[in-house]
Amino acid sequence: MNASHNTAEQNQPIRVLVAKPGLDGHDRGAKVIARALRDAGMEVIYTGLRQTPEMIVNASIQEDVQCIGLSILSGAHNAIVPRVMALLKERGADDILVVVGGTIPAQDIEFLKQQGVAAIFGPGTPLETTIDFIRANVKPRGVPA
Amino acid sequence: MARTTTEESLPSAIETARTSDVSPAEQQWVEKTLRPALAKAPERPIGADSGVNRNPDGTARFTTISGVPVERLYTPADLPADFAADNQKYLGHPGQPPYTRGIHATGYRGKLWTMRQFSGFASPEETNQRYKYLLANGGGGLSVAFDLPTLMGYDSDHVNSEGEVGKCGVAIDSLEDMEILFSGIDLEKTTVSMTINSPASVLWAMYLVVAERQGADWNKISGTLQNDILKEYIAQKEYIYPPAPSMRLVIDTFEFGSLHTPRFNPISISGYHIREAGATALQELAFTIYDGVEYVEWALRRGLNVDEFAPRLSFFFNSHNDFFEEIAKFRASRKIWYRLMTERFHAKNPRSHLMRFHTQTAGVSLTAQQPKNNIARVALQALAAVLGGTQSLHTDSYDEALALPTEEAARIALRTQQILAYESGVAQTVDPLAGSYFVEHLTLNMERGAFDYFDKLDKMGGMVRAIEQGFPQKELAESSYQYQRAVEAGEKIIVGVNDFVVEEELPEILYIDESVREAQTEKLKHLRARRSNEQVERALEALRQAARQEPQAQPGVLSSANTMPYILDCVRAYATVGEICEALRDVFGTYEEASWT
Repeated sequence: MNASHNTAEQNQPIRVLVAKPGLDGHDRGAKVIARALRDAGMEVIYTGLRQTPEMIVNASIQEDVQCIGLSILSGAHNAIVPRVMALLKERGADDILVVVGGTIPAQDIEFLKQQGVAAIFGPGTPLETTIDFIRANVKPRGVPA
Repeated sequence: MARTTTEESLPSAIETARTSDVSPAEQQWVEKTLRPALAKAPERPIGADSGVNRNPDGTARFTTISGVPVERLYTPADLPADFAADNQKYLGHPGQPPYTRGIHATGYRGKLWTMRQFSGFASPEETNQRYKYLLANGGGGLSVAFDLPTLMGYDSDHVNSEGEVGKCGVAIDSLEDMEILFSGIDLEKTTVSMTINSPASVLWAMYLVVAERQGADWNKISGTLQNDILKEYIAQKEYIYPPAPSMRLVIDTFEFGSLHTPRFNPISISGYHIREAGATALQELAFTIYDGVEYVEWALRRGLNVDEFAPRLSFFFNSHNDFFEEIAKFRASRKIWYRLMTERFHAKNPRSHLMRFHTQTAGVSLTAQQPKNNIARVALQALAAVLGGTQSLHTDSYDEALALPTEEAARIALRTQQILAYESGVAQTVDPLAGSYFVEHLTLNMERGAFDYFDKLDKMGGMVRAIEQGFPQKELAESSYQYQRAVEAGEKIIVGVNDFVVEEELPEILYIDESVREAQTEKLKHLRARRSNEQVERALEALRQAARQEPQAQPGVLSSANTMPYILDCVRAYATVGEICEALRDVFGTYEEASWT
């Protein structure tokens, strides 16, 4: 965390979209993280279940978020994440920080990072780790790219 | 971090006040032995000295994993004054009401629990090989895990299935796949459980047709369909249609099963997923059993007689880390169900009174860190299930926080059960923990806590109504968040995660690639070219017609609008899971929950 982010946050809270793409309905993690980010002072929009990449990207732009958190446990990450990243690029919104939480096999982590995912938080990650990472890495508002 | 909320919000089923008079001997012990001991060495909490671990007066507080306070010692003063004298009321003997001590007079001496390992991944061909491996290694029955597209009623080639085919279970698109899945497995001799909910009747129909073609008698086949849609709305969220038509499909299977498959359980009323979604032990128990109440109410409204279908209602619980709390939950469940079936539903058939349940160890308790530690967790959880008197058991594999299990991990999980059954001696004596002041106290509190929840849910107008209001969903979200906060604060220790951490390499895991989707898509293409698409369309249209009507039962005759015969026709014509579910979507529409966070 650095001083400039702190100032940005004091002016305006960080806005985060927590999304659950794919067919899986296990939403305990998504809900816990949504609430933890909210308790940490961020504004959180939780999309609910079964969001397509298009819906996620649309909602992110509409809600003007600085960070997207994708919760994926089903193994569909290699299909879903690249589509989200491509759509963000297409819409000129690739300054949004994208993080992934869930069960991601070690051999897929490099691929997802190449796609532009900033961090992957596996099972057992402390909430504070995720909160700190988002605070330290979102692009402050009003700063040109 | 705010810790006070943890303490206030965690549900407590235990009253700290004593139930009966404290004996003079105990009073004397407190004065002469306990007080000096505490003065010399005060009690220290397990985990951080804060939040859930500290009483308002600053002394250490001890709680179960569900946040329920536990005392240092339990004595007769923690049981009702008439507990010893009126043993029959509270416990009975094994195989006798109220069944606290088990549903079989001889416990596991006559028949061990069924070692039923939940398994399924990739293609039907690969899963068929795993099933044969499990059976060859002494597994007693099969339990099918389907992939997400199947659970959601989509074919493998549907756009929504991209990236999901064969990942969390086996991909089944048509009768053809089901024939492959069970090829070389005698369905008259093997009991099979199927974890399928919204499309349960479709997969069941496929199973029944495979059995029929093997020459198996429907009167003799036995197994269990999960078919519990209520817990999907509450916890796992794999629903397709809105609650009312979903409930109708469930009751269709009750009615069909009572007439045609007398040894098959048409439902497994499941607390497992409710617990995994973050419920406490008490919430798991109460919501699950109340789901059972809701199914009974709907079946009675159909015109079924309780004793026609109740003997085949089965349950499914989670076995989590907190050893005694879990045992109490299992023991209480039998008595609660007995009370409901007799007092609320006036069931006459003694078989209707029996709570029979399957147990699975808690997937949510498995850690991705130092995964082999999970073998110990699973062994303890399995022991709790056995001491609680489960009828069948699945032990998780140690690598399941990372992926679907490898063959080696799956074998260790099965061996864990065999060690319990054949080496530990715990299966030799029925309900060995009966009479423990602590266990009996916890058991009675579970019962009381569950009935408190039932009152609340009755006042809401039943479980479907409560779900529509988001009540159980919010209860779970709250409990899981409070637990997570306690973990974050170090008040609850997870070995290898927030304490005793080491740097480590990740183990070998089972990796499923996209080739399954390609293969299944190819199979579907051939199937659609080969079958009579006209016959498929006719069968689907007949199903739509039946689905539009309201079924009403008459004694001994299947409701004319019962969907099962129509689904069987669709299946025989090789209509796919996706096509059959789509036909029902046409009639019933789909469901989306308001999101509660």
